[in-house]
Amino acid sequence: MEALLPGLVRWAHIVAGVCWIGLLYYFNLVQMAALKDAGADGTAAGITKHVAPRALLWFRWSAVATWIMGIGLLCTLGDKGGPVIHKAFTLQAPYAGIGIGAWLGTIMLINVWHFIWPNQKKILGMVPATDEVKAKARRVAMLASRTNMMLSLPMLYFMANGFSHHIG
Amino acid sequence: MKNPLESVTGTIISGLILTVVLVVFLNNFLAPVAA
Repeated sequence: MEALLPGLVRWAHIVAGVCWIGLLYYFNLVQMAALKDAGADGTAAGITKHVAPRALLWFRWSAVATWIMGIGLLCTLGDKGGPVIHKAFTLQAPYAGIGIGAWLGTIMLINVWHFIWPNQKKILGMVPATDEVKAKARRVAMLASRTNMMLSLPMLYFMANGFSHHIG
Repeated sequence: MKNPLESVTGTIISGLILTVVLVVFLNNFLAPVAA
């Protein structure tokens, strides 16, 4: 079981990550443009009422699951000095590559919970907000989501190029 | 100058540039790791 654990945690990390980043790309590549068009012909409510809340639920919790599994994976991987998690986060050789990926993922998780979700709650009417506050929330949520899409490219490079595969 | 994050294209180009910057940073300022 001990030998299986890193593989199982890595698999769970990837499954949750596909859900998170898949929904991030859905928001940026599909929903933002669709909402603009739907707003023009008065059908935006179908998206904001039925699609966006469900997508955001899976989005924010799969972000948490991905991060926890990633931390779990770094805790199960070790060298002679024990688990490598602190060496990765302090960018020590030879764990700096996966450390950069871990830092990018952590910044993205903070973006989700500190900027995207609180502002989406205002936009979707889950918390009371004036039109002015909603307009500002739309701008902040859009830029935070685009920032995460930008950060996902280097994050996936560092996650997918085997920087953690030689550990343990 | 327009914020590159206003468009999907600008976002992807920014992400690609950031990837290259971080790879160069890793290989030159942190100990290189064979991928």
